[in-house]
Amino acid sequence: MTTAIQDPAPDQQVRARTSRVGDAVFSRTALGAALLVVALLAGVAIFLVVQGLPALEATGEQAYGKPSVWAYVGPLLFGTVLSALLAMIIVTPLAIGLALVISHYAPRRLAKPVGYLVDLLAAVPSVVFGLWGIAVLAPRLVPVYDWLNVWFGWIPLFGGPVSSSGRTLLTAAVVLALMALPIVTAILREIFAQTPTTHQEAALALGATRWEMIRLAVLPYARSGIVAALLLGLGRALGETMAVAMVLSATGAIISFDVISSANSNTIAASIANNYANAAGLKINVLIFAGLGLFVLTFVVNFLGRWVATRGQVKG
Amino acid sequence: MKTMIDTDIHPVDRLEPITGGTLPRIAPALVGVCSVALGALGLLLGLGLVGAVVVTWLAFSLALYGWTRAIEGSRQATDSFVRTLMWTAFVLAMVPLVSLIWTVVARGAPVLTPAFLNDDMSGRALLGVGGGIYHAIMGTFMITAIAAVIAVPVGLLTAVYLVEYGKGNRLAKIITFLVDVMTGIPSIVAGLFAVALFIVITGDPLPRLGIGGSIALAVLMLPTVIRSVEEMLKLVPDDLREASYALGVPRWRTIVKVVLPTAVAGIVTGITLAIARVAGETAPLLLILGTARVANWNPFNGPVQTLPVYIFQSLGQTTHFKYGEIWTDRVWGAALFLIIIVMSLNLVARLVGKAFAPKTGR
Repeated sequence: MTTAIQDPAPDQQVRARTSRVGDAVFSRTALGAALLVVALLAGVAIFLVVQGLPALEATGEQAYGKPSVWAYVGPLLFGTVLSALLAMIIVTPLAIGLALVISHYAPRRLAKPVGYLVDLLAAVPSVVFGLWGIAVLAPRLVPVYDWLNVWFGWIPLFGGPVSSSGRTLLTAAVVLALMALPIVTAILREIFAQTPTTHQEAALALGATRWEMIRLAVLPYARSGIVAALLLGLGRALGETMAVAMVLSATGAIISFDVISSANSNTIAASIANNYANAAGLKINVLIFAGLGLFVLTFVVNFLGRWVATRGQVKG
Repeated sequence: MKTMIDTDIHPVDRLEPITGGTLPRIAPALVGVCSVALGALGLLLGLGLVGAVVVTWLAFSLALYGWTRAIEGSRQATDSFVRTLMWTAFVLAMVPLVSLIWTVVARGAPVLTPAFLNDDMSGRALLGVGGGIYHAIMGTFMITAIAAVIAVPVGLLTAVYLVEYGKGNRLAKIITFLVDVMTGIPSIVAGLFAVALFIVITGDPLPRLGIGGSIALAVLMLPTVIRSVEEMLKLVPDDLREASYALGVPRWRTIVKVVLPTAVAGIVTGITLAIARVAGETAPLLLILGTARVANWNPFNGPVQTLPVYIFQSLGQTTHFKYGEIWTDRVWGAALFLIIIVMSLNLVARLVGKAFAPKTGR
């Protein structure tokens, strides 16, 4: 720009130099900030590995009564995945239904405030969800669990005996589902609303009913978006700590498919939160090691979600 | 005989009408009223509330399906059935969420007195009446503010780099990917990172200090800030930048004076939402902040109490035979105040976004 001037006046030269200096300083600062973010993420991984690796030598009391740290983390990993999967089974139909109501069924006057309400609910702190789960949800679910046990007791999930407090893994999964619901719904709503109007009008013009239009035009268009949204919700459910730590009355690191009894599998995050207060020495390393496992798991799930999302963008 | 000839001449008269039968407009309402009546009958016969609702729902969806199928055909019937399912999902999703807000407000509102907000928990380890959440409110503000001071400049500059300088180069792509990875860091892992970091820095096996909590929150905030600022900067039209360059304005002044002011509303909204999100975080703070009963203004030494951690830790005391009820009150009061803080931050963010929305926006 200024360099293109053939014979600049002295004051212009000065100005050009300061602007070049300013540019250099500013762009370096921006670059520095960007590199700091990279360093921070690397720091998270490095510090977790450094403080987590000593846990590999933990046995017996140090590993919470397990022969090795793997025997401690393994069952927790199982509980984490089980609760998150249950949550996703609950949240999938609800989120799709809610998002379709907002984008396609509700009259505009109703859709806007409802969408707003859903956004606000994404902001409710997890500790409040946990509180509500204990005080309101858990007692109400006990009769449901009794009913499930009587009629579906032959499925290992509902084998019982039914917990009298209702603070089971299934209750935790319901709370997790409610917490993931606003996020998944918000993404789905955006995707459904992006369906080309021409596709929808074409379907309607051919005489399709509203549901046929959604099945023929909206859902195929949104398919990869739905998968991505669900994976991102899954990532959130896997890492959620407080709701599970509060709602679940956990038995420790056990593997149990029974999700309505009082002998529950615990999740990694909740186990860290519950055990941290009275941990010391090598036990802290064990907990950090468990956190490292959780980090890797959520990383893989989120990575898959992003990958599906970008692939869908290219195609759509 | 005569009619036969007639049909031969006017075949149109014998064709099916092109419009099928349709249900009257009030049909769903009619079926709804009948189903509710049936449900009420079930309630009288001792089905219980849940049973009655299930009966009502079954009656409504089956009757409407059957009626539509009889009059309008199976495709329309499926359509109306799916519509019922959709609205059911909607109601099922809304009931717990409304119940949550209602419970917190109903149980927290009587507790929220000026005394509760202005008192701390000094001298009340487990026993004792009174007490309040002053120290926890101040702790929340301090920890969140320090986290914002760390995360906002770094996040803002990173987004500027990604959009203005890095545009599509290799480093920018890697950073975008890493930011996506950071979005997925579970909050408790951020807390563990802060713990591991300060074990190394201080040499203390159980570090308890405010700045650690702020760093953990900053790790959680950064990706949200970067993402939202990035989106906003991308919305600024290139015409503005080019016009500025054409006037001989250097690049950095273009960014500071033209690009950022154009996007300021969206940036403020995004940052406020990120702050609102971390203000309610519990798990990382639980690990690094410990328990405090009075306000601690020194972020570099000693435990600090924040509202979410206060709620979680007080919950453990609610089973006490004598003071349990007082602890329960404190828990709900603190929960309501926390929700008020988070929701008002959200409202402010939306209002700012709306009031200063750029005219070039979507």
